[in-house]
Amino acid sequence: MTALIRKHAWVIGLAVLLALLLALTKLIQPNFGAPGLESLARSALPFAFATAAMAVVVIVGGIDLSVASMMAVCAVTAAVLMERMAGVPALMIVLAVGLAMGLVNGALIVLTRVPDIVVTLAMLFVWEGMALLILSSPGGSVAPWLSGATRGPFLIDGLPMALVIMALAIAIVWLPIRRSKLGLAIYATGSDPLAAFRSGVAVDRTKIIAYGICGLFCAMGGLSLAALTGIGEPVPGPYLMASVAAVVLGGVVLGGGKGGLLGSIIAVFILRIIRTILTLMAIDPNVTTIVEGVIMVGVVMLGTALTLRGARR
Amino acid sequence: MTDTPLLDARGVAKSYGAVKALTGARLTVARGEIVALMGANGAGKSTFVKILTGAVRPDTGIITIAGRSARMGSPAQARRAGLVPVYQEPSLIPDLDVAANLRLCDTPVAAFVGWVADLGITGLRLTDLIADLPLATLRILDLARALASDPDVLLLDEMTAALPTDLVENVLRVVRARADLGMGVIYVSHRFTEISALCDRATVLRDGRTVGDLRIEPGVEDRAVELMLGEKIALGAREGAAISARTGTPRLAIRNLAAAPKLADVSFDLHAGEVLGVVALEGQGQDELFDVLAGFRKSTAGTLEIDGQPARFAHPSEAIAAGLTYVPGNRADALMAGRSVRENIALPFSARPRNWGPIKRKMERARTDDAIARLQIDTRAQGEVQRLSGGNQQKVTIGRWLATGVQTLLLFDPTRGIDVRTKRQIYPLVRELAEQGAAVLFYTSELAEVRLACDRAIVIFNGRVVDIIDAARADEPTLMRAAYGLTAAKGAA
Amino acid sequence: MSPTDTDTTPPLARLGRILRDNPIIPLIAFLLLLVVALEFMRPGIVMPIRAGREGLISSFWLGNLIKFAIPLAMLAACQVLTMLTAGIDLSVGVVATVAAFVCATLSSTLGVPQAVMIALATGFVVGLVNGFGVGIVRVHPLIMTLGTGLIATGCLQVYQRFTINTGTLIPPFLEWLGTGRTWGMPNGLFLFVPFAIFIIWLMRSTGFGRLLFALGSNEKAAKLSGVKSWQVLMALYALSGLIAALAGLLYLGMIRTPSLNLANPLLLPSVAAAVIGGTSIFGGRGSFAGAIIGALILRVIDTMLTLLQMPEGARTAMFGLIILAVTALYVRITGTK
Repeated sequence: MTALIRKHAWVIGLAVLLALLLALTKLIQPNFGAPGLESLARSALPFAFATAAMAVVVIVGGIDLSVASMMAVCAVTAAVLMERMAGVPALMIVLAVGLAMGLVNGALIVLTRVPDIVVTLAMLFVWEGMALLILSSPGGSVAPWLSGATRGPFLIDGLPMALVIMALAIAIVWLPIRRSKLGLAIYATGSDPLAAFRSGVAVDRTKIIAYGICGLFCAMGGLSLAALTGIGEPVPGPYLMASVAAVVLGGVVLGGGKGGLLGSIIAVFILRIIRTILTLMAIDPNVTTIVEGVIMVGVVMLGTALTLRGARR
Repeated sequence: MTDTPLLDARGVAKSYGAVKALTGARLTVARGEIVALMGANGAGKSTFVKILTGAVRPDTGIITIAGRSARMGSPAQARRAGLVPVYQEPSLIPDLDVAANLRLCDTPVAAFVGWVADLGITGLRLTDLIADLPLATLRILDLARALASDPDVLLLDEMTAALPTDLVENVLRVVRARADLGMGVIYVSHRFTEISALCDRATVLRDGRTVGDLRIEPGVEDRAVELMLGEKIALGAREGAAISARTGTPRLAIRNLAAAPKLADVSFDLHAGEVLGVVALEGQGQDELFDVLAGFRKSTAGTLEIDGQPARFAHPSEAIAAGLTYVPGNRADALMAGRSVRENIALPFSARPRNWGPIKRKMERARTDDAIARLQIDTRAQGEVQRLSGGNQQKVTIGRWLATGVQTLLLFDPTRGIDVRTKRQIYPLVRELAEQGAAVLFYTSELAEVRLACDRAIVIFNGRVVDIIDAARADEPTLMRAAYGLTAAKGAA
Repeated sequence: MSPTDTDTTPPLARLGRILRDNPIIPLIAFLLLLVVALEFMRPGIVMPIRAGREGLISSFWLGNLIKFAIPLAMLAACQVLTMLTAGIDLSVGVVATVAAFVCATLSSTLGVPQAVMIALATGFVVGLVNGFGVGIVRVHPLIMTLGTGLIATGCLQVYQRFTINTGTLIPPFLEWLGTGRTWGMPNGLFLFVPFAIFIIWLMRSTGFGRLLFALGSNEKAAKLSGVKSWQVLMALYALSGLIAALAGLLYLGMIRTPSLNLANPLLLPSVAAAVIGGTSIFGGRGSFAGAIIGALILRVIDTMLTLLQMPEGARTAMFGLIILAVTALYVRITGTK
């Protein structure tokens, strides 16, 4: 039991921090309750998927700067398709598109031998351009059931539907992988590529698959974006920096091999609830943006400094 | 032993560009046999190991295991073919626990646990994180994992280096017992004591070729040293070897210096006007020693005095300010490959912020020209250093410090992989620098150089100085024995 | 003894070497080719005489081409300098916008010289923060400059709310620089020519410039030679911020309406211009002259895409693909990362 606590100390710490922040919110705004939780969960939805996507590639030892652009592509694809065809097949197509974009990113990294960060920087613009080509200005429409799905509680009051969807979607994709040998290979590749190679891991293939999973999560993020707004927005949102910060805060080390998705998702909620608290304190939303930005940059700087110190030891 | 060997590798060759790492390596291992793979630094041992384990594809050569032609395209294929390696650097994933590492290679857990106990590791839990375990334990776990997969051939690459003696004994015992049940073992090592205790036969590599097979019997050490040295090309004798007076305050006084991971306890003096050789097999702590002196690494214990003043460097710039200038073993670490010869030589001039302004072309030209002339650098392709031959590149890295002025020069294997003519130019230069008052610390992997360039040499084995030998009696067999720790072993016996 | 000469290298590598030694020649050839293509697409745009009007080369077209290439080339200077050290500065677009906005809003209240100084100072400060993150904390430059860009955008939005009532004033001399012409050529050249000479001098003839190449070619070799990289990186990113602010001021004079999104669209082309101009994103190799040609090439391509009525998305995607293709080709040719 103590070993279990020690192993997950960071995640537990994050959960405690989140609980404290929730309590603080309740303190500042006594009527903060089920509706507040629901709007928090809904607003966190695209951030959570972006972070899950980023976490997978960071764990494998890479980074994907194109997450926000891929989400935009998926969002506009969903909005355009759902205007013309049934929701469920459209949903499947969007997921396939996301997966394909991720696989393309991964394949380009492996084939060109250009570093992850450079390839995905270029692809950021390529996917952004694609989104604009699909839909030059916000438009299209989303199947009503998709928009409705993120609203309201699930079974009991106070358990937001959005949270349940997020947990289910991420768990369905990630848990089987995490438990399988593929999951081990992903962690092994990120932790020590040479040792992984020597242990018989197909490092290149693992990397491509990890980027594919990233793309899949981006598709979910895009779908949630479309569901929240009801339309498709071709301009990428502020998800890149936010996802990097959440991943680092969540205990996933830039460089790979460490951490998991649970911590990262909790970190998303911590970052989101800070925004809620600032809003409740009636602080100018633009100031909130600055505070958020400073927190995100600070988290990344601290994370990098700690990693470097660890490496030196 | 059966007629068909368990492992048979022949005609193995591999070139990296123009460099021929292996030209004709051959190795056979019979069922139940333990074969030592030996060779001096640069003999091609590590390339051969990489090919056998599937990390590198050979240009030519046939490898069969148990009579089947084995395609070693990747480590995974090598494992499937029945050859499992254990390295000096364990190939366990640091961020995964023991159980996950076992699953990664489909290792049977029960067998693994059995081997771990047999090898004398107690108190290990399968939930322990690899990163939290000490290096010695990891090597044993790596070996246990290899044994549990029941390989036809086990390859142990320097895995006993820096291992506590009781664990080494366990390893030797278990490997011998397993070999007696029919497993073949390739044992790559520098340690004669272990080789003579464990192995049946030794295969010796030299200059990329297998030059001999030796049965392990009393007196085999001399034969092995002879084979590893081969007939050396005469490098030309040093004329008028002046033994400088070693009196007064030494330029460099080192006492009980230690640095992680391999430098344990080293003490010596280096005087102005002296060239002090450092002789060591690969990975005996010499890298750490030079890193500490050059300001790249912090020592964990011991003291360093320069002209009687205690010193400690946090950055190479501090070492340079104290007059310690470093020519690293890997030229690629020292050179800006795409920049010109002059720019490479002049780099230290601009290092400090007060020299960030306009370049003083005249002063720079005079100094770099002087360095180029003294070293006779071939400047036909001076536009980019990477187009120069290895020898000329090495001259550039030395020339950089000639241009700034030499007080104490740290040369780490400056003649590795360069042509004989350049070597013959470097020795007199080193002597000349010493005669002009510089102190030179000269690590070399080529033992013959000690007589040619040095006044005396310290021999480092296992992170400690095991011998100090004057140039006059520093012939190659003597140095080789000392480097293999044989003098120490004799003293103990 | 003989140096590994060109005769032993494969043809592709030899071609790569020639291009690497003289990146300007093929770049200029490519630029001229594009101009010829443009002339074929819209006869008379470059050579009015072919359309029956006066003049062999249209000074209006040439002036316009140069005018809009100048701010791009200035921001590309930031990318060239940072890329020399294997870095990048993704905050330049925002910094230029902030500087322009600050200058336009403060000129009416504080006076022009003060406003210009403050505008340049903001760029310098953002650069210092970048330098701190990259040089001392060792955050990847991409992430660091992206983050400071985000924060700067937030600050700009807050600042804008305070200045909603004060009017904006474009300093007249900036307007003169941005829109005026002398002998048919844009006045921006009065700023740009000295600027370009300074940057080229900085890169070629100063100790600082040499260290930029050194850090990007081989940081270990630089350290071995006693270079403290954090000092160089601090100075570099501060300089980059300053240049971006200066470019923002010029762009303000050119566009004449400060907006919260003024120079942001120049970010991606500035990276593309540097990469096309032969600057390696992996450090140690680059030329500002190449980046200037790169900026001109991008402007001609831009004109062509406009003529073809290519949508915005295709342009963005194409710039991304250009960066990836050039970088991948470089890795393939030289075999380095």
